[in-house]
Amino acid sequence: MSSVITRPQNEETFIEEDGYDDHFHDHHHGDKYQSNFITKYIFSMDHKMIAKQFLITGMFWAVIGAAMSLVFRLQLGFPAGDISWLEPFLGKWITMSADGVGSLSTEFYYAMVTMHGTILVFFVLTAGLSGTFSNLLIPLQVGARDMASPLLNMLSYWFFFLAGAVMFASLFLSTGPFSGGWTAYPPLSALPQASTGSGAGMTLWLVSLTLFVVSVLLGGINYVTTVLNLRTKGMSMWRLPLTIWAFFVTAIIGILSFPVLVSGFLLLMFDRGMGTSFYLSEIFIGGQALDHVGGSALLYQHLFWFLGHPEVYIIVLPAMGIVSEVLAVNARKPIFGYKAMVFSILAIAFLSFIVWAHHMFMSGVNPFISNFFVVFTLIIAVPSAVKVFNWISTLYRGSIRFNSASLFAIGFVSMFISGGLTGIWLGNSSIDIQLHDTYFVVAHFHIVMGVAAFFGMYSGVYHWYPKMYGRFMNETLGQIHFWGTIISAYAIFWPMHYLGMAGVPRRYYSFNNFDFTSQFGAMNAFITIAAFVAFAFQVLLIINFFYSMYKGKKMTTRNPYNATTLEWTTPIEGIHGNWPGKIPSVHRWAYDYGKFGEDAIAQYVPVSEAEAIADKELVH
Amino acid sequence: MSTTGLLSRNKIHPLRLALFISCGSILMMFGALTSAYIVRQSAGNWLEFDLPNLFYVSTGVLLLSSVTLQACYSAFGKGHVTLYRGLLALTLILGLSFVILQFQAWEAMFDAGLPLKGNPSPSFVYVLSGLHAAHVLGGLVSLVVAVIHGFRLPVLATPRRKLRLQLTLTYWHFMDFLWIYLLLFFVLQR
Ligand code: HEM
Ligand SMILES: [Cu+2]
Repeated sequence: MSSVITRPQNEETFIEEDGYDDHFHDHHHGDKYQSNFITKYIFSMDHKMIAKQFLITGMFWAVIGAAMSLVFRLQLGFPAGDISWLEPFLGKWITMSADGVGSLSTEFYYAMVTMHGTILVFFVLTAGLSGTFSNLLIPLQVGARDMASPLLNMLSYWFFFLAGAVMFASLFLSTGPFSGGWTAYPPLSALPQASTGSGAGMTLWLVSLTLFVVSVLLGGINYVTTVLNLRTKGMSMWRLPLTIWAFFVTAIIGILSFPVLVSGFLLLMFDRGMGTSFYLSEIFIGGQALDHVGGSALLYQHLFWFLGHPEVYIIVLPAMGIVSEVLAVNARKPIFGYKAMVFSILAIAFLSFIVWAHHMFMSGVNPFISNFFVVFTLIIAVPSAVKVFNWISTLYRGSIRFNSASLFAIGFVSMFISGGLTGIWLGNSSIDIQLHDTYFVVAHFHIVMGVAAFFGMYSGVYHWYPKMYGRFMNETLGQIHFWGTIISAYAIFWPMHYLGMAGVPRRYYSFNNFDFTSQFGAMNAFITIAAFVAFAFQVLLIINFFYSMYKGKKMTTRNPYNATTLEWTTPIEGIHGNWPGKIPSVHRWAYDYGKFGEDAIAQYVPVSEAEAIADKELVH
Repeated sequence: MSTTGLLSRNKIHPLRLALFISCGSILMMFGALTSAYIVRQSAGNWLEFDLPNLFYVSTGVLLLSSVTLQACYSAFGKGHVTLYRGLLALTLILGLSFVILQFQAWEAMFDAGLPLKGNPSPSFVYVLSGLHAAHVLGGLVSLVVAVIHGFRLPVLATPRRKLRLQLTLTYWHFMDFLWIYLLLFFVLQR
């Protein structure tokens, strides 16, 4: 049977005929962007370079944040162990006992836990994930020369960099960085004298995160504008790859929720610096009554979690988008239920704004109000389950290519199921009475957000690495990395559920002094060892990443995976403006895999008459 | 900029769209604070007081400045050089006066025994109007740029310059709208 698909003879010449002419190359402004080292590599306005900057900065922070977790895991796993060998790095934060046993100072333990959370949530999984892939993929996949405003895009990166620099500086303060938890609840965050980290450490924390919000907003405004306004001819919203839908909705969530965090911070700054009482009321410190009256600490929690909950979806939605795309490409099947996927993304985004108080069931909010939040929290499970179902259906009977990218995508689905199920437990306010602030919550959010989002990110890195560096990463190392990571990640977080059900509280320095917690010494040691193993496997990724930049297998064809989306029509060596001539026009959705016996049909291929007729017959 | 090549197909300029989105973002920030106000107020222990009259004066000034800037924009399109320059300068003066009036309103509040610290009820008014004034200052910066362009460059309504002025105008109207929202909120949510 001859196929009903008519393919253009030559991709490049066809795009020159059929593509959209925006006269981009008529005026030679393109080159001024990359004319010298500084404009090409440092203050670059090219979205592809900015993507790499976000990725590598994110990796830097991931290493620091993960190393911190190893430090406090040592304390939790081996509370009596001697860590004086860490003194060269941590200096006075190691306290030496009379017989020469070094242990972690309690203040620094809390500072490490706090910094770990802040860094991973904001710098790695927000900036490193959506910063990298929104920048790389939005212009390439919608068919745009660059972002709507390359200048604001560059500023977005540099504000992120600045935020990082300030946070980094806070690590070296003599009083240490902020230590009141990544959520920065008052009064620890509002009273400079409340703890060692509450003074200068908290001030720098606030400055850093405010700069960070500026970065997120500049980036997000650009992403949304680009998706809405700079799609190529024929690229209707319903033809967008799911990656773009995910980045687009993520950006909208960020634009709507981060300003609320700034409002919360603003009041906090006034409480800290100007003596107002927004969050503070009737407080005694060191036996002294402060003159703050009439404030409400709950107010901060509302403002924080109004961002905080959407933030977790800001982290996981881009990973979901990447996973959808990678699964479809590697299962050689259309993504199952494309529209259902889009509507679930939208539903999740909407619901994420009306569930924030599930983080506050135990903070003294009115139990009747809690009911409202229980209901909406549980409803989020519906679109989440739709997505899981669709991913599995996409894999079902596909001719799956098992490679590092697709393995991590499948691993994502596994993690998202495991962590999503525990979310349903926590979402019931009555069960949460027992589980709140225990290791059960730690297990829940690390699996569903931490590990899952990392898996999505890894999947994207392995998949689009050739688009970034023109070479492939090493597959063998990649697969070792995958198996090592998934096994050790489960080994870390699975046991935490049991700790949590037994009531072991999170954020404690030591569990030796209570019977109900000290019995878990062996389990805690096991978790710590698993954490070190997991870290070792990530070193493998870093080696692979940098090694492949110079020594990886070279990409020789434009479309190595035989994928359908537009980024694979651009030249191997990324050029400014992305396409040398016209921009390809789009004639179909992004998931024509296996249609009429064809392995894949790219989005720029027009629908022939024969195909249109065959399409009609399919419908009837 | 490099991406504006696609403009011919766009119904709305990307930068204008970006500005609208930013306004949405700013609106969320103020929405959050006014919600916080309501939540805190409903918890009781809430000081009631009258807003200083200067807030009403400043409102009039800000409204007027929006009108003058709008007129300035249309004069620019029609090529009425003097009118355009005059109205531009007038808008800048009105804008500056607004900020000064706000400052005096805070002084009036302070003199009336309503300091920044203490009961959160006046604190909220200071913070909300202060945050608004900070955003107006941003608008003033772009007005100053517009004035410099207006007086240094030849008056030619090229698409690029029209867009510039239009962006300033949009933001300025938004500041106006935001202040009206805040004032109504203060008055009605007592
Ligand atoms: C089925 C959907 C989900 C439900 C019903 C759910 C429910 C909950 C609940 C009720 C809590 C509060 C527990 C407590 O503090 O006592 C919680 C905590 C948390 N969840 Fe989920 N969750 C879901 C999915 C997710 C997803 C997808 C993410 C991230 C991608 C996530 C990230 C978090 C985080 C970060 C926390 C802890 C924050 C903290 O206290 O530091 N959750 N979840
Ligand atoms: Cu939540």
